[in-house]
Amino acid sequence: MSDPVRAMPDAGPVISDHPPVTDWVHDFDHTDPRWTENPFPIWDELRAASPVVHTDRFLGCYMPTTYQAVREIANDTEHFSSRRVIVRDIRPEITATAPPITSDPPEHKPAKQLLLPPFTPDAMKKLEPRVRAICNELIDEFINDGECDAAARYTRHIPVRAIAHMLGIAEKDGDLFIKWIHGILELGIKDDAALMSAVREMTEYFAAHLEQRKQNPTDDLISTLMKARDKDGEPLSDSHVLGSLRLLLIAGIDTTWSAIGSSLWHLAKTPADRERLVAEPELMPSAVEELLRAYSPVTMAREVIKETVISGCPIKPGNMVLLSFPAANRDPAMFPDADKVVLDRKENRHAAFGLGIHRCVGSNLARMEMMVAIEEWLKRIPDFRLDPAGQVTWSEGTVRGPRQLPLLFRKAG
Amino acid sequence: MAGKLKVHVDQEKCQGHARCKSLAPELFNLDEFGNAHEIGDGSVPAGLEDKAWLAQSNCPEIAIELVEE
Repeated sequence: MSDPVRAMPDAGPVISDHPPVTDWVHDFDHTDPRWTENPFPIWDELRAASPVVHTDRFLGCYMPTTYQAVREIANDTEHFSSRRVIVRDIRPEITATAPPITSDPPEHKPAKQLLLPPFTPDAMKKLEPRVRAICNELIDEFINDGECDAAARYTRHIPVRAIAHMLGIAEKDGDLFIKWIHGILELGIKDDAALMSAVREMTEYFAAHLEQRKQNPTDDLISTLMKARDKDGEPLSDSHVLGSLRLLLIAGIDTTWSAIGSSLWHLAKTPADRERLVAEPELMPSAVEELLRAYSPVTMAREVIKETVISGCPIKPGNMVLLSFPAANRDPAMFPDADKVVLDRKENRHAAFGLGIHRCVGSNLARMEMMVAIEEWLKRIPDFRLDPAGQVTWSEGTVRGPRQLPLLFRKAG
Repeated sequence: MAGKLKVHVDQEKCQGHARCKSLAPELFNLDEFGNAHEIGDGSVPAGLEDKAWLAQSNCPEIAIELVEE
């Protein structure tokens, strides 16, 4: 992602505390603790006010509040650039990129096509048995306790180990990845030093893996990227490969961790849905799509590069755009009973993986991980609930999901 | 009498969400980049009309056309 991966610490550390929001419609802030805890009524308030709202925070930022406005912006690469994909307090000079997520046309398509073949549904089927085994190894560790923090002991480890397996690096290095991602996606919104040090460590780590594979090529995803050729038949530069690896790690871990965690949170507090899914496992595919819609984890960003009008609202350059796919997915104009989880929802054009050319390259991986993680959990722990003595906490900012999820449970008979 | 139903994936719009392939594998194939294409001339065999409708109404990019000929 663009600013997180710039090489020069030119802006110095920036740590700021945001004043609490008193007027959501004219001064929204997606890092406010109330947004983090329960954003849904805030989005409803913003949507009722206007299809696009604006805040002076973050050096100026719009937010489309309707599905329609989100779609218009996602499909408009002429007025909106992806060169910055996180809304932050500062907007430092862009010195490095993470193609294709930070790419605009015409550079975007060739960079994306390199990454697509390893992530097709068929490729994910080959990975599925390993993910099923990972889930069961994790469950083995706590199933006899009758309680666990499912975010710390289950959901956070599944995507990390799966992507490590694909990249061909040790699954045990997952804890390092989790630390870097926290520095980039959460601390990095307000603390530039935390972000820079995470990016530096991550780049050094992968640079070493590239060097190893130059001596001894392997058949993992890192080697696949190193062997790829661009549209002129030239090998990718090390910096392109490193950028794409950073992207896969940043984009592939917190996000799915969040999606699995929100799903278990929903099932823990909604016995009727949990019992139905246990009794009717054939509902899993539509249930996964519905949980993705209702609890979409990922909010992206764009930078306005040309003046335009979206859903009747004037949009001016110099501002960022908080592109909230999660809010779009709660728009009642698009989804009847938008605030209700309907496990067998028939019509569901949800935008959890984005819309337009930047559709999440890992969407098939994420779906497979969610499906497998929920299936294996329900097989072994069909009866579980939130621990009333514990507290559920949610991540702040760009990716939303439970970071503490204390559950009580009984294992399957 | 209902006419013959056909599906078609607009390649300009498809972004490879693969929802159609998941909902109606009999009607769609994915290429090496994961983008969807109708199988054959897109004719929907009898009995698969509901799946064709499901695929059409779950495509986030509104890339699937469903026409009665």
